[in-house]
Amino acid sequence: MHLTREHEQTLNGEFGAGQQAALELLVAIGEAFDAENMIPIKRAHAASSGQEGDLYFVEILAKGRAHCKVITTTNPIADFDYFQKVINIADEHEEASVAWRTKNYYKQIGAVMSQSCIPYLAENIPEYGEHVAFSESSATPYVNSVIGGLTNRESIQTALAAGVIGETPEFGLHLKENRRGTALVKVQTNLKDGFSYSLLGQYVGKKLGSGIPVFVGIPERPTIDQYINLCAMMNVTGAVPMFHIPGITVEAKTEAEAFGGNTPQDTIVVTDRELRGTSQELQTTTGPADTVILGCPHYNLDQLSELANMLKGKKIKDGMSFWVNTSATTKLLAERTGYIAMIEESGAHVITDTCIDMFCWNNLRGKTGMTDSPKCAYYRRFGPVKVGTMQECVEAST
Amino acid sequence: MVSKDPVCFYLVEPKTGVVREKGHSLEGKSVAGKVLIFPTGKASSAVQMDGLVKLLLNKKAPSAMIVCDVEPVLVGTAVLTKIPLVDRLEKEPFETIHDGDVVKVDADKGLVRINKA
Repeated sequence: MHLTREHEQTLNGEFGAGQQAALELLVAIGEAFDAENMIPIKRAHAASSGQEGDLYFVEILAKGRAHCKVITTTNPIADFDYFQKVINIADEHEEASVAWRTKNYYKQIGAVMSQSCIPYLAENIPEYGEHVAFSESSATPYVNSVIGGLTNRESIQTALAAGVIGETPEFGLHLKENRRGTALVKVQTNLKDGFSYSLLGQYVGKKLGSGIPVFVGIPERPTIDQYINLCAMMNVTGAVPMFHIPGITVEAKTEAEAFGGNTPQDTIVVTDRELRGTSQELQTTTGPADTVILGCPHYNLDQLSELANMLKGKKIKDGMSFWVNTSATTKLLAERTGYIAMIEESGAHVITDTCIDMFCWNNLRGKTGMTDSPKCAYYRRFGPVKVGTMQECVEAST
Repeated sequence: MVSKDPVCFYLVEPKTGVVREKGHSLEGKSVAGKVLIFPTGKASSAVQMDGLVKLLLNKKAPSAMIVCDVEPVLVGTAVLTKIPLVDRLEKEPFETIHDGDVVKVDADKGLVRINKA
């Protein structure tokens, strides 16, 4: 790679051990992908998980006195203030301690404590054409495809390193020629709700493995939560950093433009049968649920509104619990608009700043859970799982 | 150890190295100390690192990785955990390497040596 004098100084540790570690990682990535240069970025998002791998690297940065050069938002970990009232945190001391220390290191390096896995909606909004470093596998394709920012499929560590250096190696999706479609997905089913998009994402990720799908047969613009579900689930079963819906997503007006001269390496056909099959594969039990967990990724305002209207006048069954995860900024708006009151009147809990894959859910071990998110099912801390629409989750619990 | 399915190191038991992901072609098998051959990484931007660090802490991590397609999450993880990772082999790994073969991976030299089982 072509490195400047300042890069060399950084790699020699002249600006501290934190920056040194960050740039070492970025240069290693650059060399692995034949990048020639580093390019500046405007913003980064670190998918802070609050677990061992996350702690390992953010601790190196913090102890090495690194500081974020560009806005670097963070993912949800756990709302300690809330959960200390609900569970005995000491029971989960080891994991809780890792999460706590990780959060504090993020604060130390000047990351923005957004604690949201949908930061591109509120806390950190890229522009079309802007080079950024967004980890959170559900965010990367949203930024690339729906917004037209340019980011690679970052890990927490490479996104953090980019935030600290203010640069990222120029390869992959930072180059226009790499942003063309590689696979054709013919949608021959009615994608009527958010859950259909989750099943579509789950199926396409599994069939493709990796690549840039071009979806044809989608008649109308997906809603934001439909996009979020698609992006998230394609990255549970696969590694899909970008997609095109010609005429709808921002970088392709036509199928030809989406492929840009490439011949599709794969063609996938999705009918009702594939979606039904995908749904069936997700279920591990037919028995009754003990708990419902929604909001993976975090519910946006529309989803909270939808849920509020479904729960209106209903009560969560005795012996069941009902949890809804969202971001702090979304909850604030939802509170002012009356949705939170409607939801919590039923006995459901809306929590913020929390990921479903966290120690605070360990007391659900062995219990049967229901969710509308295949991603939540994949990473779940509870036992058997049922996956269905938001409506089905409400019906199972009220 | 050859996996036809993409691999996510998080759904692997840290204390044993055993893959617990339901329906995975390696389900029930331990990756500890193995040279793992797989098509690509998958899943979240966090869990490869979290998964491999947990495995490393328990000394159950694979000894090397050979993949067909790389993406930055897996590469970043390999760099930080110092587990050798190679791609772009001259010969197609799935055709040349099979379960039980003894494989030597030198990522620095870009060399993979196979002793057939």
